[in-house]
Amino acid sequence: MNLRNAGDDVARAVWTALGGVPDPEIPVVSIVELGIVRDVRCSDDECVVTLTLTYSGCPAMRVIESDVRSALARVTDRPLRIVTALTPPWSSDALAPEARRKLATAGIAPPGNVSRIVFQREAVRCPNCGSTRTEEIARFGSTACKAQYRCRDCLEPFDYFKPH
Amino acid sequence: MLEEDIASTNVGLDLLGQARWWLAYVGDIDGRSEDRLAYFRESGDFRNLLLVEQPNGNYADTIARQYLFDQWHVLLLAELATSRDARIAGIAAKALTEVRYHVERSSRWVIRLGDGTDLSHGRMQAAIDALWMYTGEMFAPDASERGLIDAGIAADVEALRVPWLADVRSVFAEATLTVPADSRMQGANGRGGKRGVHTEHLSHLLAEMQVLPRTHPDAHW
Repeated sequence: MNLRNAGDDVARAVWTALGGVPDPEIPVVSIVELGIVRDVRCSDDECVVTLTLTYSGCPAMRVIESDVRSALARVTDRPLRIVTALTPPWSSDALAPEARRKLATAGIAPPGNVSRIVFQREAVRCPNCGSTRTEEIARFGSTACKAQYRCRDCLEPFDYFKPH
Repeated sequence: MLEEDIASTNVGLDLLGQARWWLAYVGDIDGRSEDRLAYFRESGDFRNLLLVEQPNGNYADTIARQYLFDQWHVLLLAELATSRDARIAGIAAKALTEVRYHVERSSRWVIRLGDGTDLSHGRMQAAIDALWMYTGEMFAPDASERGLIDAGIAADVEALRVPWLADVRSVFAEATLTVPADSRMQGANGRGGKRGVHTEHLSHLLAEMQVLPRTHPDAHW
């Protein structure tokens, strides 16, 4: 998160407003907590918001852009330009700590740290009962960012936010 | 099968998203929009590999096509991520994070079906045998690529052949599948998809993909 413009009242208000924009597919977390807001720059002429994507084909991107537009229309009347940045690629490591807690509370197991799981499969904790005796049902789930798991203790199926 | 239906859709979404980045880049250079490039070119104007236009067939056919491509795609993107062209490098680095996941899934399915029942093993082997001829093209640069390779912009695809074969052999060994002979990898003459010479299957795919925008040009959601 770039707070270099935090001294600018408008940019600060924009950041606050963006913090209130939920991810359309996982509405318990905001797009700021998801780590897809890269930068906010406001001049007298315009505000430029730089977003990145979780996955290249994420179908929620259009919705996110329109949600950003309506949220920002409430805090500034400066023209808004939304820029998409690919570099560096988004990683689930960008998820804010509070986002991980919120995911778990919503029944979605938060992702492990990507760099730690390259060589060993991590234990995924069941968001319902806390057991780590869990197994993968499918590598892909209801959205691009989730896989399907099942708990072998409480037997509940649950979503796992993929480390990516 | 519902899970695999979702998996195929997810992989397709990633690849569509990636295709949009590439087409948008081409469009910025030659002035056509990504929609123009996708929906209003004829089959002879497409430069894709013949492998990826082959029909879905049975599930072993689908997985074989996906795996042979994914295993190459991941090597290709890793090279492109170091391209001297910053925009190519950026798209490739982004796509690579997704395609690593694709190859993990498709290779596991090759192993599961290959090292499965007699029926699944037979179908997996038959699928590999049928698609193998299209793999040579992945490692055969055409004249326009060579200039870009020398300039450090495109990936040297010839150099991907050895690591690709090593990865494929290792997966096939675990899957108890026989690796077809190298000599059956055709396409080294550069006369296939990269020159716009396609199998009949591409036209069928394009008909389905292009019919709507061609029937209702400039329609929007």
